[in-house]
Amino acid sequence: MPDKKTVEYVAMLSRIGVSEEEAQYLGSQLSKILEHIDKLKELNVDDVKPMRGMNLNNNIFRDDTVVDSKTQENILKNAPSREGNYFKIPKVID
Amino acid sequence: MNNLTSQSGIQIAESIKNNKLSEKDAYSFFSGRIKKNAGINAFVESYAEPIEGLGDSALKGVPIAIKDNICIKGKKITCASKILSSHISVYDATVITKLKAAGLKIIGTTNMDEFAFGSSTENSCYGPAKNPWDITRVPGGSSGGSAAAVSARLIPFALGSDTGGSIRQPASFCGVVGFKPTYGRVSRYGLIAFGSSLDQIGPITTDFIDCAHLLNIICGFDKKDSTSSPIKTPDFSKSLKDDVKGLKIGMPRQYFAKGIDEEIKTAVLQVSNILKEKGAQILDIDLPHTEYAVATYYIIGSSEASSNLQRFDGIKYGLREPASNLMDVYKKSRAAGFGDESKRRIFLGTYSLSSGYYDAYYVRALKVRSLIKKDFDDAFKKVDLILTPTSPTAAFKMGEKAMDPLSMYLSDIYTISVNLAGIPAVSFPCGFAKNNLPIGAQFIGREFDEEMLIRAGYSYQCVTDYHKRIPNIA
Repeated sequence: MPDKKTVEYVAMLSRIGVSEEEAQYLGSQLSKILEHIDKLKELNVDDVKPMRGMNLNNNIFRDDTVVDSKTQENILKNAPSREGNYFKIPKVID
Repeated sequence: MNNLTSQSGIQIAESIKNNKLSEKDAYSFFSGRIKKNAGINAFVESYAEPIEGLGDSALKGVPIAIKDNICIKGKKITCASKILSSHISVYDATVITKLKAAGLKIIGTTNMDEFAFGSSTENSCYGPAKNPWDITRVPGGSSGGSAAAVSARLIPFALGSDTGGSIRQPASFCGVVGFKPTYGRVSRYGLIAFGSSLDQIGPITTDFIDCAHLLNIICGFDKKDSTSSPIKTPDFSKSLKDDVKGLKIGMPRQYFAKGIDEEIKTAVLQVSNILKEKGAQILDIDLPHTEYAVATYYIIGSSEASSNLQRFDGIKYGLREPASNLMDVYKKSRAAGFGDESKRRIFLGTYSLSSGYYDAYYVRALKVRSLIKKDFDDAFKKVDLILTPTSPTAAFKMGEKAMDPLSMYLSDIYTISVNLAGIPAVSFPCGFAKNNLPIGAQFIGREFDEEMLIRAGYSYQCVTDYHKRIPNIA
């Protein structure tokens, strides 16, 4: 990877804040890893089908029935911030 | 009270059944060992009172430990990450429901690499777990806590998870049996996802007998996991037969080439000699795309991880860092909550999925995955199972690879292809290096042919005693 600008772009896509120093450090480690990964370019895979997932079954259906999981309060207990039965978050729109 | 360290889970269950031992005494024996050996740092949490399993099975009453990425209702689950450090599970994973229904006693959660990213259990927010055979060395990872705990007999057995070798490599470093079932054999419901097309839960035990009995309990179709297979679960204990006569066992040339320690190579060749003496036929085979497995895995695994870990955003659960707008909540919470290795994987995955790189990295890796799978398909036309080393070296020193992620990744070279192909494999102890560190060998089987691995492993353990050796700890 790539230059500093790319690292910062990927950090933005990943929603992870990085300091300039950290961007440099992670960037140089990732370059080494990508260098190894470039090995895959040795292979001609033009006629190979990509293996997408392992699912041996096709469409899995089940009845659309309501089940009371009685978990609302337990889920909300894990929230970092709540008000009543709502998750509380900072303002989204200015 | 009896010393239970030399007893397997099934032996303990029999003592309980025959009223020679109470469930309570068994539990307090292992609780005591966990406390006494807290220095190994194998456990994240051990419960004063067991989580009651009220059902029955061949292992009823025996305590078990669970890797800290499997949900146990009402208990803390953290994946050894700061981002989840105060999270309480809202529901039971399917394997936990099954263990309870089988009457096992859950004793606590084990240390691991954060979100299962790693091969040494050094990437844990609780500090590294240690190898009971030499506490200056790593127990392997990412299920290092589970493997160390079983090895030191802090617990008769444990569950781990395996995405690229995370059950088998620590089992090999700690001298125990670590089994990764076929993808789809065990429900992943309630396992916190890392690589959804690669993850499987499996048992870590001292021998193949306990392994077979635990598999009987945890395997099976689950409507809550649409990737779990409807294929019927056999009674794996029926495969505990000392008989390998006529079995064709392949040894891939690529796994014994460069980069492997001589001691490891010799120990694994010794396994093939023993099996040959018992009537198996040993054949050289090829898995020609082996050298591409690590690169393929780190693209696919990291891509899936970057997607799965999006849910840790500081909104509904987990760590939230204060910030004045939503974007900064995400960025600050994730920056503070994730360790370095998690960040590397998320970055690598996000990069390979990003516009402009998707075809060059992600799709290319999926294509090579097809080739790796085909290598195994071709091999299993000629042989019944495959024998390899589990790891090119025995347990390495703590800190040795911590600063060099690529060398850590490359240490998984023999375990990774199995996850890409979705097939079952097991690591079992097959010797000791000169410095008294355990060596592991690996059997790899056909899809849904766990029975073959159990049969071959059990036969091997009938004539060897490496699995009975216990590290010299308190």
